[in-house]
Amino acid sequence: MSAGGGGRVALRHKTAEIAMALAFLAIGAIVIFDSLRLGARWGDEGPQTGYFPFYIALIICASAAMILFRALRLRPEQDRTFVEVEQLKLVLAVLVPTAVYVALIGWLGIYVASIAFIAFFMRWLGKYVWWKVAVTSIGNSVFFFAIFEIWFKIPLPKGPLETLLGLN
Amino acid sequence: MDEIQSLLHGFEVALSYRNLALMFVGVILGVIIGVLPGLGGANGVAILLPLTFAMAQTPGGTTSAIILLSCIYWGALFGGAITSILFNIPGEPWSVATTFDGYPMAQKGRAGEALTAAFTSSFVGALVAVIVITFLSPVVARFALEFGPPEFFAVYLLTFCAFVGMSKEPPFKTLASMMLGFALAAVGTDPVTGTLRLTFGTTHLLTGFDFLIAVIGLFGIGEILLTLEEGLAFKGASAKLNMKVVLETWRELPKYWVTSIRSSAVGCFMGIVPGGATPASFMSYGVARRFSKDGDKFGTGQVEGVVAPETAAHAAGTSALLPMLTLGVPGSPTAAVLLGGLLIWGLQPGPLLFVEQKDFVWGLIASMYLGNIAGLIVVLTCVPLFAAILRVPFSVIAPIIMVICAIGAYTVHNSMFDVWMMVVFGVLGYVFKKLSYPLAPLVLAIVLGDRAEASFRQAMLVSQGDMSVFFSNGLVGSMTGLALFLLFWPVISLGIARVRGK
Repeated sequence: MSAGGGGRVALRHKTAEIAMALAFLAIGAIVIFDSLRLGARWGDEGPQTGYFPFYIALIICASAAMILFRALRLRPEQDRTFVEVEQLKLVLAVLVPTAVYVALIGWLGIYVASIAFIAFFMRWLGKYVWWKVAVTSIGNSVFFFAIFEIWFKIPLPKGPLETLLGLN
Repeated sequence: MDEIQSLLHGFEVALSYRNLALMFVGVILGVIIGVLPGLGGANGVAILLPLTFAMAQTPGGTTSAIILLSCIYWGALFGGAITSILFNIPGEPWSVATTFDGYPMAQKGRAGEALTAAFTSSFVGALVAVIVITFLSPVVARFALEFGPPEFFAVYLLTFCAFVGMSKEPPFKTLASMMLGFALAAVGTDPVTGTLRLTFGTTHLLTGFDFLIAVIGLFGIGEILLTLEEGLAFKGASAKLNMKVVLETWRELPKYWVTSIRSSAVGCFMGIVPGGATPASFMSYGVARRFSKDGDKFGTGQVEGVVAPETAAHAAGTSALLPMLTLGVPGSPTAAVLLGGLLIWGLQPGPLLFVEQKDFVWGLIASMYLGNIAGLIVVLTCVPLFAAILRVPFSVIAPIIMVICAIGAYTVHNSMFDVWMMVVFGVLGYVFKKLSYPLAPLVLAIVLGDRAEASFRQAMLVSQGDMSVFFSNGLVGSMTGLALFLLFWPVISLGIARVRGK
């Protein structure tokens, strides 16, 4: 069955290839659509705005069609595992907190959000004791605060805590 | 010898205390970046680029800034070898070939020898490439001063077709990835008429996609996701490097001078023609295995098997700066980021740089000599320190790298939208890598898209839409011809293989 190893299979290679090719076709179609709207021909003053992107998009669609064609012809024995369930879990275990982290930056500012993010990681995935978690996560934010706000004078997003401490 | 004089002047510029200090800072930062998973030459430089904005505004500051950034790049090139040899984890794609013989050597307790061989041959490769840059780039620049839009478009065409012809990935995936880059570059304001396109009414897309964000996401977040999947147990050989081992290895290394010369040549060629450091290191390893009399022992821990890929990778990585400086066409993603830096600091890369910014160019070239010496000193003395970084558990290092990437993405334009885009590009990078879509052409297309389009349209305006302008004289004709040859190389080589097979 799978050449990739013992774990349960979350997604097969062929499916992933086909999905990606279809995504490329969709992107190509969007670009072609907008290029035609703007004019992809030879105008009075030379090539119109959509001229170059139009042909780019044509090549995208042509390549995607070839990739799709090849993927569809993949025989079952060549259909390797794309990602196993366990692997996917690990990847999502990082990806989801990262998305939450980015959302938190807008609300709490980057320094507080980073403390929460690193602490979450160390405690949940690393199982560290609390004082190590606290030292690392808070130390990290203090370090970056010193470098960016004080040394290089580059303001990063700040939230209610910084306002409270009068650090804005 | 104009070049020698210019170079000596360059040394005067580069040899200030401040610049020397920046070199060491850059190299050390670079090695750390090269050792850490998820941070590499390209995104490391991209993340640190905003820190140089202020520095570049002081008089002579652009030279200091480029010295800092290029030294980070040299450091990252050196750093990749450490993880490959000690941990069997290539810190950078171009050090994959170094693991083949480097890691077996380390397992046999010859880590010191392998590291010394790797660092020394990296240095030799870089040195050869810098000498090539010193003498070749003024010639190329002078030549390129005569270029018009058709010639420039032919250079761009050659760059991108070389990717299709040379890359190990399937040609259609290379093409798709590259064209996606061009499409992303087209988003925003049309460089010629100023019309908005592909923005679909959102204000976020007015300025288009910034390739720095793409680099940080694709190479940073994407790489971390990949590393995670492969499991997190770093089991490394111990790293001790004393002077005795270094000297013994140095005594042995001259034996491999033929390999060194060949690998440097392969590296320089692949760096200038945008093939990049990664294919150069594989090619050089393969060639060395074929020609060496110990060829069948390769893969079991041969010093020659470390020398070959390291020399080529460093030569290619260094010489990739030649087309970036002289033509404004970078040969690798990291060179592209450096080019982006130049543009942000208000310098226009290309042939005029050699006329208008002599101090900058020759200061940079001189700093390449000095930076690589600094690099060699740093890595030979501090290996245990850098190896210790890898022993920090992933659950600590991964979120910190994510935070660094987020800060880097934010500081490019002070925009939260960019941070979101970074995450999107990260997922894209992960999927692309898994499906073997190459990332380098995507990044280069985002960087060069607008300018390739502008030169194409200018050329077409001059010729009134006649495509034959790209064959109108010997120079542009041969470049276009070579580009088309490279583009169809996968088909041609398939044909050759078929004919031979019969």
